[in-house]
Amino acid sequence: MKKPEIAIVGGGPAGLSAALSAVRQGAQVMLIDRDPVLGGQLVKQTHMFFGSKKQYAAIRGIDIPQKLLAALQEEGNGKFDPRVNTTVLGCYDDGVLLLEKEDRAELIQPRKIIIATGAAEKMLPFPGNDLPGVYGAGAVQTLMNVYGIKPGTRVLMIGAGNIGLIVSYQLLQAGVEVTAIIEGAPKIGGYLVHATKVRRAGIPILTSHTIKKAYGCDSVEGAVLCNLDEKWCAVPGTEQSLAVDVICLAVGLTPQTELLWQAGCEQQYLPELGGYVPLRSEKMQTSLSHLFVAGDAACIEEAGSAMVEGKIAGLFAAADLGYAENVEALNETFSRELEELRSGPAGAKIRQGLSRLKGGAQVC
Amino acid sequence: MLEKTGVPDADQIKKITPSPGRLKKGPVAVVECFQSIPCDPCRYACRQEAIKEFKDINDLPVIDHDLCNGCGSCISKCPGLAIFVIDDTYSEKEGLVKLPYEYLPLPRPEEEENGIDTEGWEVCSARVVKVQNAKVLDRTPVVWLTVPREHLMKVRNFLRKGGA
Repeated sequence: MKKPEIAIVGGGPAGLSAALSAVRQGAQVMLIDRDPVLGGQLVKQTHMFFGSKKQYAAIRGIDIPQKLLAALQEEGNGKFDPRVNTTVLGCYDDGVLLLEKEDRAELIQPRKIIIATGAAEKMLPFPGNDLPGVYGAGAVQTLMNVYGIKPGTRVLMIGAGNIGLIVSYQLLQAGVEVTAIIEGAPKIGGYLVHATKVRRAGIPILTSHTIKKAYGCDSVEGAVLCNLDEKWCAVPGTEQSLAVDVICLAVGLTPQTELLWQAGCEQQYLPELGGYVPLRSEKMQTSLSHLFVAGDAACIEEAGSAMVEGKIAGLFAAADLGYAENVEALNETFSRELEELRSGPAGAKIRQGLSRLKGGAQVC
Repeated sequence: MLEKTGVPDADQIKKITPSPGRLKKGPVAVVECFQSIPCDPCRYACRQEAIKEFKDINDLPVIDHDLCNGCGSCISKCPGLAIFVIDDTYSEKEGLVKLPYEYLPLPRPEEEENGIDTEGWEVCSARVVKVQNAKVLDRTPVVWLTVPREHLMKVRNFLRKGGA
């Protein structure tokens, strides 16, 4: 059984950053991802990122993986072992991981594990939501931006958070009509610069609106919308019908914590952070001392914060193995970056959620 | 209301509009960024240091229109595509708007297009003067459009008359 010093599950922004951080400290890292290429959701983020230079602001998401991978190849000194097309099926309480690649299973026993599995999309219940033509926004983005396939011709976007706004913009760029973006809340949840961008392209954003049902014979032919009052109740008589062949759901994300549950990590339900999240210390260490977490698996946030959390998790996983050079100074830098990203009004929800998170593992 | 509709209101636009005196001096950047989010590339894009240093990454950008020379380096560096350059001195009747445009196919110089406002409505005719798409712009081309001067603070997009 292979015993890598650190195994990282998930090669998205958090996992790649964790790998780089740990390798820089001198640790040996196996980075495992189920997809054929590393980058996670970055591989379809064709828009420029926000944040500061340290989190690749003004760089397109699609260009970030190669920057991190180039650094990993250069600084890895043979200590970086990427494993693609490889799914982690199990994370047991004795620290063993079960890997599956092309129908072959392999057990490994890393000394430290960093879970950076990202998020899953939430679903919305409404009649007809099982019709072909109802997509998650992530699937639409993958079809368009990874495989170059249009999901349909006329789209109704549900959700005006950043994902709903960005995917609407990318649909327009792909030449697909977006008839409207609807949002149950009375206010747009995503960054307003994204909203102004789609609005000046002619897409109406209807706040306090929801979908009542999708209709169609063999696939989506349209949707019935209605207004919501301030108590989120449907306002009678406000129904309107839109002829669309795609209904795209962008109604939020939830941390992908299955492996953490299986390993036996303590978790807490915090809606502000996306649902059940693992308890963890400021070192991103969970209630199990060999298990760290980073990115959307820890709490739903922007990719910029995920990258910084990755750096912290990688730093302390390595430090626990004895690669302890310069840890305090680096941690101070990373922690300050995270604090800055979360300090404004856009970070209020995250701050509230984190303040309610019970302390994670006590680290000696 | 911006938070409900995605359209900035007249007061918000008024606050970020350069003074009439500054407009008379030639091209100048307008920063239509109204929400405090963690983002600061515009500050580093400006070689004139017209976009002031941020105390906090969540600060709204503050631009000194007197230091801005309207070079437009910031346009393609704004991840929100919220910066434009306007030139009220272009000609007697026409002003120039430089805007970020990330759609294909790109327009060609001399084409007549429909000028679109922040609500997505057609407000006037607009003529393409130039299309910048150098490598340094990193796939955010900048299109220069002439519009009637009274629409300089309105036109923020365009629809191709020949169909997009």
